[in-house]
Amino acid sequence: MAALYDREDGAPPAPPPHAAGAVDAYDPNYVPDSVKTFVVHLYRHIRDKNVYEIHQMYEGGFQRLSDRLFRDAPWPSAEAVSPYCDGDHVFLLLYRELWYRHAHARLSPLTAAHRAESWTNYCDLFSVVLHGVVNMQLPNQWLWDMVDEFVYQFQSFCQYRAKLKNKTEDELQQLKQFDKAWNVYGVLNYLQALVEKSMITQILEREKEGLEQFTATDGYDYEGGSNVLKMLGYYSMIGLLRIHCLLGDYHTGLKCLAPIDLNQQGVYTIVIGSHISTIYHYGFANLMMRRYVDAIREFNKILLYILKYKQYHQKSPQYDQILKKNEQMYALLAVCLSLCPQNKLIDENVSTQLKEKYGDKMTKMQRYDDEAYAAYDELFSYACPKFITPSPPVLDQPLTNYNQDAYRLQLKLFLYEVKQQQLLSGIRSYLKLYSTITITKLAQYMEVDEATLRSILMTYKHKMHAVDSDGKIVSSADFDFYIVEDIIHVVESKPTKRHGDYFLRQILKFEEMIGELEKVQLD
Amino acid sequence: MATEQATENYTVEDLVALNPYNPDILNDLEKFVNEQVSSQTYNLDVNLSLLRLYQFEPERMSEQIVARILIKALMAMPGPDFSLCLFLIPEHVQMKEQFKTLIVLSHYLEFWDEAAKNRNILEVVPGFEQAIQAYAVHVLSLTYQKVPRPILAEAINIEGLSLDKFLEYHAANSGWIIEKGAQSQVIVLPRNEVNHPELKKNAADTVPFEHITRIFPVLS
Repeated sequence: MAALYDREDGAPPAPPPHAAGAVDAYDPNYVPDSVKTFVVHLYRHIRDKNVYEIHQMYEGGFQRLSDRLFRDAPWPSAEAVSPYCDGDHVFLLLYRELWYRHAHARLSPLTAAHRAESWTNYCDLFSVVLHGVVNMQLPNQWLWDMVDEFVYQFQSFCQYRAKLKNKTEDELQQLKQFDKAWNVYGVLNYLQALVEKSMITQILEREKEGLEQFTATDGYDYEGGSNVLKMLGYYSMIGLLRIHCLLGDYHTGLKCLAPIDLNQQGVYTIVIGSHISTIYHYGFANLMMRRYVDAIREFNKILLYILKYKQYHQKSPQYDQILKKNEQMYALLAVCLSLCPQNKLIDENVSTQLKEKYGDKMTKMQRYDDEAYAAYDELFSYACPKFITPSPPVLDQPLTNYNQDAYRLQLKLFLYEVKQQQLLSGIRSYLKLYSTITITKLAQYMEVDEATLRSILMTYKHKMHAVDSDGKIVSSADFDFYIVEDIIHVVESKPTKRHGDYFLRQILKFEEMIGELEKVQLD
Repeated sequence: MATEQATENYTVEDLVALNPYNPDILNDLEKFVNEQVSSQTYNLDVNLSLLRLYQFEPERMSEQIVARILIKALMAMPGPDFSLCLFLIPEHVQMKEQFKTLIVLSHYLEFWDEAAKNRNILEVVPGFEQAIQAYAVHVLSLTYQKVPRPILAEAINIEGLSLDKFLEYHAANSGWIIEKGAQSQVIVLPRNEVNHPELKKNAADTVPFEHITRIFPVLS
């Protein structure tokens, strides 16, 4: 089930704080027959570890019933459906997880009480899993959605409680009452605990040495055990990357993802939502760390992937999310390429799409004037994650909305970086015109004194060279130079013909084609 | 309390690696920052963890510690450490005078004039001048094949006899060659891919090994 990231929570004034006041006719104890059947079957399939059937019901059945019977209302309460699943404690935790996910997506407004109850449910559910007593196999889609939704609800709650200006007395009271819900320490520690208890980093290490089967079985356990802890641990690494991006800590975020090798097929690619979330946040973190080439490379791969395979997801509840992230990543790619022009890293199909969507904006951004600035602002704001302020509100002072503070800071720092590049654009335009020129002459043309010019040239070097993840110096300049005493020699970075890269891509492409041709049967 | 016992047995680096999301280690991390300053060591991960904890509990933030972290991060250039720290510091803190100065320093190389105006901030951290001089030398070696002596002097803020000593040291240890130029001494800096782009050609088309592993299934 897709999380609707754009949802504006809490806009109209709140109804009574208990259960969903939205639909007056809602009776939490009324269980329609179709729900009874749903619960009975789902419970049985989980007990039988029939992953395929669980997946069908989870993706299809739940969606269909929600659309038909529960458009704006919550599902029946866990207590009401309890008789149909033997009152199984763990099953009810899972049911509640779905219940609150549905509530977050469909109920408006969502009260602090609801959010706090969902938090408690996640705590209970994760505690059970961490105690190692769970013996189920669940579809990867569900396990990914759990972690994804956990992070989403945390982000949503931070946004909700940071908008204090129009809250009623009731709502403020609830915030005071539920001040422990979704506290940042708890959220991070649960994810960290899942990573550690599942020993997923060790499993991945051992897999590299051939001592363990994990990716080969898609994470499932075919020896009678459970995949739940392992997969939650795995997906939590991505969850941690995401949260650290929301906090602005890109370095630590990338460290959390480090055990996953993005150059290999991995479990993160099985569920498309997890694949996209991983690459989106990886790319964004690298962009903020000025590692443009790394970001461009990964964005290119995923955008090509989505281009090829999105048709197969048209009916899925994640489809809208996929499209949204696709658009955002094109925007980020446009930004990266404007700050660090690279000719040969982009696939032709992706390049065509990019020109269509952002061709104009990219021309603007590379002009380095005021309009460029506005274009960078627009694309960044459109494509960036919904940054959060993790600290709880202080409710005794005059109430303001501070939910945009975190975003404004990241935007400001990003644009400051862009501005540095703009200031150097004067140098670029001159460098393009000469192959050699003396310091004296260039200073004359640029109408500055020689000392200032040397300073500008050093600043250009300082800004255009970053240190990449391996500690190497990487240039993001398309025009470079070196100075011998007082003569500047200009070097145009010839787009390095990456023959190696090109051959690799074509080999993989043709291999795929051969595979498909072999499948064709001629009668 | 269990945590107090734990902090005696673990180093601060251990604490951050094992249990970073923990409000109880905040004081230990602050002490560690001061240790980094006095013993001229540095640890980015610990400093980022502390800045994160300050984000979680803004009432406990110490501006003095934050300033020290930023100065240490400046000393780590060309690494991106300074920007990484800024992302975690609230805007209203960054607007304060001492932080504005540090931000200006990180973006421009007209460093020494700015630094001279704010000696009090910078003198707090031993090793700062040397770190910035090392960074200036780094940028010079990206920029120049041969740099005139006065330019070098200005970049590292050293003159006269001290500069002679500096040049001698680097001639002996870093491969610098001192020649006679048209108007002054000229220092020939070591060759690298940036000041000698012709060196780049060889490295241009190498493909990292990890990328090749993508076609192993095909090759077999």
